[in-house]
Amino acid sequence: MKNMTLKLLIWRQKDANSPGEMVPYTVENVSPHMSFLEMLDVLNEKIIKEGGDPIEFDNDCREGICGMCSLVINGIPHGTQHRTATCQLHMRHFKDGDTITIEPFRAKPFPVIKDLAVDRSAFDRIIAKGGYISVNTGSAPDANSIPISKEAADLAMDAAECIGCGACVAACPNASAALFVGAKISQYTFLPQGKPEAKRRALRMIEQMDAEGFGNCSNHGECEAVCPKEISILNIARMRREFLKAAIR
Amino acid sequence: MSQSNSKLDSKIPDGPLDKKWETHKNNIKVVSPANKRKHTIIVVGTGLAGASASASLAELGYNVKTFCIQDSPRRAHSIAAQGGINAAKNYQNDNDSVFRLFYDTIKGGDYRAREANVYRLAELSANIIDQCVAQGVPFAREYGGLLANRSFGGVLVSRTFYARGQTGQQLLLGAYGAMMRQVDLGKVEMYPRREMLDVIVVDGKARGIVVRNLITGAVERYAADAVILATGGYGNLYYLSTNAKNSNATAIWRAYKRGAYFANPCFVQIHPTCIPVSGDYQSKLTLMSESLRNDGRVWVPKKKGDNRPPNEIPEEERDYYLERRYPSYGNLVPRDVASRNAKYVCDEGRGVGETGLAVYLDFSDAIRRLGEDYIRDKYGNLFEMYERITGEDPYKTPMKIYPAVHYTMGGLWVDYNLMSTIPGLYVLGEANFSDHGANRLGASALMQGLADGYFIIPYTIGDYLANTDLPPVSTEEKAFEESEKEIQEFVKRLLSVKGKKTVMEFHRELGMIMWNKVGMSRNAKGLQEALSDIPALREEFWKNVNVPGDEKHLNKNLEFAGRVADFLELGELVAMDALQREESCGGHFREEYATPDGEALRNDEKFSFVAAWQYKGEGKKPELVREDLKFEYVKPTQRSYK
Repeated sequence: MKNMTLKLLIWRQKDANSPGEMVPYTVENVSPHMSFLEMLDVLNEKIIKEGGDPIEFDNDCREGICGMCSLVINGIPHGTQHRTATCQLHMRHFKDGDTITIEPFRAKPFPVIKDLAVDRSAFDRIIAKGGYISVNTGSAPDANSIPISKEAADLAMDAAECIGCGACVAACPNASAALFVGAKISQYTFLPQGKPEAKRRALRMIEQMDAEGFGNCSNHGECEAVCPKEISILNIARMRREFLKAAIR
Repeated sequence: MSQSNSKLDSKIPDGPLDKKWETHKNNIKVVSPANKRKHTIIVVGTGLAGASASASLAELGYNVKTFCIQDSPRRAHSIAAQGGINAAKNYQNDNDSVFRLFYDTIKGGDYRAREANVYRLAELSANIIDQCVAQGVPFAREYGGLLANRSFGGVLVSRTFYARGQTGQQLLLGAYGAMMRQVDLGKVEMYPRREMLDVIVVDGKARGIVVRNLITGAVERYAADAVILATGGYGNLYYLSTNAKNSNATAIWRAYKRGAYFANPCFVQIHPTCIPVSGDYQSKLTLMSESLRNDGRVWVPKKKGDNRPPNEIPEEERDYYLERRYPSYGNLVPRDVASRNAKYVCDEGRGVGETGLAVYLDFSDAIRRLGEDYIRDKYGNLFEMYERITGEDPYKTPMKIYPAVHYTMGGLWVDYNLMSTIPGLYVLGEANFSDHGANRLGASALMQGLADGYFIIPYTIGDYLANTDLPPVSTEEKAFEESEKEIQEFVKRLLSVKGKKTVMEFHRELGMIMWNKVGMSRNAKGLQEALSDIPALREEFWKNVNVPGDEKHLNKNLEFAGRVADFLELGELVAMDALQREESCGGHFREEYATPDGEALRNDEKFSFVAAWQYKGEGKKPELVREDLKFEYVKPTQRSYK
């Protein structure tokens, strides 16, 4: 595969209070082995050399696990590559001459900070309400004293894989955080350690989710489709069941 | 170079090795519950060490202020640890024990760590697993419902606990959850998107920090009774590393400049199994977990320049060089040994791939023996990650791997209590130097981060707070004022150079110097060159760097400029330390000091010490202070994995 020239349309916004707009850029000599973010690095280096203001985008581990990268690429959070976070998307999936639109994750609870960087602290506030098992350091029994079936541990792990990136919210027409919250609640439903505070957890996390301004889930399924960890929408059903069990006494 | 011993007191408790920690705990003071809530503790960093410390200290009743550089504390780079966490549980009945874990770690570290610290780490390892299971960490399990284990390099037992290939993620989310619970209870105040730029020392004690708010650019001051740095390692000094893009040395470097000694900076771990560099745009390197070496076989062609595709090279023309040279450990030799050997075969012209800087990690035998499903269950996510990055399917063709900078054993010097040479300044996790000597074993970083945060600092910090007179400190104090002024000037200076080269260009150049001259193998000539190249580059940086934008908005280039400025100083110290250490040990390999068959040749007579460097002011040579290492329970021998 040869190197490519790409046209980019990128959302530029000075800060939370300024209006934004799509700005066209051309980036040349893009190797198919580059990651998407490396392509943006190359563009930023060019912008800096030309005396411009580089594009801000959040990223950290660049190996698909920290959840800090975002971006809506050609209308899809994290782009078209299945089960792939933006930082793991590689340019070999694009063609020479393509036009690519790049926008921030858009949702009311995720205000833009600058350009493509958004504030996802709402997720931390939801976790603070119950995304844990309340156990103080030092009071744990021997790890093998509670057997947990392999199936249950695997299902808990499937839910626990969520990287908290927020793509589910960005993809949802209602900007619902149901998949994110559902995954955390589900993880603990499979584990005996999670049972004692299951009701309290479901009620408090869901209350906070609503307070942050996330919309309701109406079963579009877009969240699962874009999730880089392929977190199953079944987790939303489990969340609802937990909520019902907690709400009806 | 003046050297002395008197300056450093490691405070290792008396008594037999296996009683030291218990005796120490019995002897140290405890702060009463009523007094705990009068103390404020600052924690910088929210990886395993920082998050676990924040949670545990808040549970005890202290007021904790926690800072992180990312948008959320859950992003800290511990999250990327893949393979697992060691613990001496002996669940596999393979004769594991606290002593064996201690011994493996000391030996793996090539006898350059403190016995007492490492023994304590091994002792605490079992509690960590208990704690994490209680938190709901979904470790891998056997069908009977009990915990599963796997093996890692440098050991002969199976003691590594894991959660698929995302062990770090799961442990971190456990610690993060525990910390967020304390946020909800009002005991932890969380400050994300803040970069620590200074430690404030008042009357000789650490009493606060100054940070930059990365969104508004405001310089903010915070006072406390003690400060904990859990800010990770400095691998990004080499530009290309497996570290996250935001990982940096600024917090520990600024602390060094305020009087905290920097220990063993030249001990840098180069991990053998990373995805090779593909081009000059490369921004980071991705690790392929060491656990893959359980089932993958490392090889190169026997012939030089053999560029046939791997499956066309017949068995008898392949060199499984690790199995050949190290029959008892085979592919599971420690990281430093595996990396060095990969370099040797590539230097001989037997490397593979487009650049010749790669070796094969081949799973075809394991797939034949155990089936593709078994391999998928064990390593599925790693294989997928590999395919995503390279476009090649490792179920069909061997992975190509090459060593990359991964972890730094060096860090701020700490005593047995994890306190630096600045009273009241504690350093946890990768940011300190304490437990891994000259080479860290796989699955031991997670263990150390959590041991420090959950089980050591909650005890040792209490002793300091109970014994120390700590009059209230206001953020209006002169020390805060001056620090803020310095930081404002530093930021202005970076923005005002308006040169021609970008921050990334400088960082890449520095990385090349470090990798070529202070990398996998080092010699006096190269190190001396580095010692003139780095200051020259630093000088150029301050004349010719181009930092765009302003300080009042989110500005990644400005953040990076400050970090690169610090790396341009730290790099020199790393080279200086590598030059003075005239021996080879662990990750520090000096070409002049090798056995005839190319193994590291230690010099215990002259170099059985921790090299702690004391900052002496700008433009002055730092002073080397030695802490001699005493080995009472293990006898240092030539490390052999043959």
